[in-house]
Amino acid sequence: MTVSHWLVAPIVLPFITGACVLLLERPAPRLAAAVSVAATVALLAIAAALLWVAAQGGIEVCLVGNWKAPFGIALALDRLGALMLLVTALIATAVVGYARGDGRGDQQGAHFHALLQFQLMGLNGAFLTADLFNLFVFFEVLLIASYGLLLHGGGAPRLRASVHYVVFNLAASALFLIAVALLYGLTGTLNMADLARRVAIAPAHVGPLLQAAALLLLVVFAAKAALLPLYFWLPATYRAAMPPVAALFVVMTKVGVYCFARVSSVLFATEPLRDLTHPWLPLLALGTLLLATLGALAARRLPELVAYLVVASAGMLLLAVGLGSERAVAAGVYYLVHSSVAAAGMFLLADVLGRGDYGALQDASLPAAAAPATAFVVMAAALAGLPPLGGFIAKAMLLDASQPLALAPAVWTIVLVSGLGATVALARTGSRLIWKTGGVVVRSAATPRRTLADRGAVALLVGAVIAVAAVAGPLTDYALATAHQLARPQAYIDAVLGAEPVAPAWNPRAGAEGH
Amino acid sequence: MEAGFALFVGVLMGCGVYLLLRARTFDVVLGLTLVSYAVNVFIFLMGRAGGRAPIIDGRAATAAYADPLPQALVLTAIVIGFGMTAVLLMIALRTRAEAGSDHVDALPDSTEDGAQR
Repeated sequence: MTVSHWLVAPIVLPFITGACVLLLERPAPRLAAAVSVAATVALLAIAAALLWVAAQGGIEVCLVGNWKAPFGIALALDRLGALMLLVTALIATAVVGYARGDGRGDQQGAHFHALLQFQLMGLNGAFLTADLFNLFVFFEVLLIASYGLLLHGGGAPRLRASVHYVVFNLAASALFLIAVALLYGLTGTLNMADLARRVAIAPAHVGPLLQAAALLLLVVFAAKAALLPLYFWLPATYRAAMPPVAALFVVMTKVGVYCFARVSSVLFATEPLRDLTHPWLPLLALGTLLLATLGALAARRLPELVAYLVVASAGMLLLAVGLGSERAVAAGVYYLVHSSVAAAGMFLLADVLGRGDYGALQDASLPAAAAPATAFVVMAAALAGLPPLGGFIAKAMLLDASQPLALAPAVWTIVLVSGLGATVALARTGSRLIWKTGGVVVRSAATPRRTLADRGAVALLVGAVIAVAAVAGPLTDYALATAHQLARPQAYIDAVLGAEPVAPAWNPRAGAEGH
Repeated sequence: MEAGFALFVGVLMGCGVYLLLRARTFDVVLGLTLVSYAVNVFIFLMGRAGGRAPIIDGRAATAAYADPLPQALVLTAIVIGFGMTAVLLMIALRTRAEAGSDHVDALPDSTEDGAQR
């Protein structure tokens, strides 16, 4: 058992947990939930350990099935993948805690914990795999779990959102398969490292077809990441989902961004595909940012507002990927951590604030409302990108990185205007939610008490947002190293293709000959 | 033969996209099924149309065999497509039962069901 074997842990652990939870949830629902919480915390520990491994600078490769790279499926862990694993595990821990908390969100329908674990399996697999078809399979795993999670809790609005979401994603999956099949037909491989090598030596006449396949792939990732013409599903879906589910879905848009970054790094480094994303990606990302800000200003409820801010953060991230310089990508990596945690926390907080307990603030309820109100101010500042929190640092890094580019005036204007728009939208919503005076306190008897679990879950994410700003130094160093690693895909390619299968400790054939 | 296959995939895909763009869940499900058929045939063709069955028996040059990998890929894609269609059908039936209509927008939006806040 070496370090590289641990790469399967973030996939296998949720898989086994999900299966156990399915068996346990009928006879012992409390035990099943406890198993799910424990496994998610264990996943957080594993992800932290893998981040430490990746931070050493090497690329760990695990050959699943022990076949040498282009033939079998390889898992690869680099800095970006490890960071995504940790962010996912952190948000999942908060989500599972919140769902166990006051609203008994996990009891409002069947199979919440099993679906959550399968979703984690799909997410972690997508972050680790080095094979395009395997990426498709993990996409489908996380999508089919997300269909169930979106429907969790029932009700007509969720059903309506589900129809649209499922149809949209099935159409995107069909495009993904066409792109994958086309790439396979042209190069004869689906291993990303091998693909990069073969694209570089592909004959000139297949160049346009390769470009078409790569662009189809990008359309699929853009649909997942909510890029301009393809983001309309997101606000309706996130608004309809249960708050803990919406918080988990924040990671799903980041999968699209991750795939953009991975594919741009490994595949688009060589000639027929080089600069394939210029200049339309930064322009579309800026458009996304602008329209999402308008959406945030028009949003009538906090979850809808946060959903539009998730779209805006996707715009920021794809802008960073699209600008392509190392410092811009580093800003994107830092912003990815910050915006995921902040948006997930805000979805949970919106639920806490939206229950009616804090509908109107009166003297007697002041102490009770102080904690969530403070949390709201912190998270709002984080989402709007105000100093001293991480959003500000990331935006400053991105603006600084864009300075030498021709696109700089547009980038500066739109990023700053979107920050202002988000601030206005959040301030307006916050004052309406928290400072409304003279109203009647709506406190229905059915409103459950806050428990330690959901307070802890929100506190974990608020704490994480503050921590992202507090450890900004080491984290930006990590982000810069990540961007450095992404800009030099040769190490990734060499690591994946150079990984040697493990010699079996016991040779069954040798044993058979002895008899 | 390639042209025939290409035409076949194109017609399937065209019909699928047409049905997909109609605003009835039943048509959309049928459309997605046709699209996934088209995609599956397309993947299959990427392993060379009209090659020998990929059982290497030494009776033909290696170049004459079809590539077996797309067949494995297409199997996976078929299984996943089946599962997804089943989920979509279930959701479409629930929508039909709750709304009394199979229009994709028949159910109320979450902004229309009264303010939560």
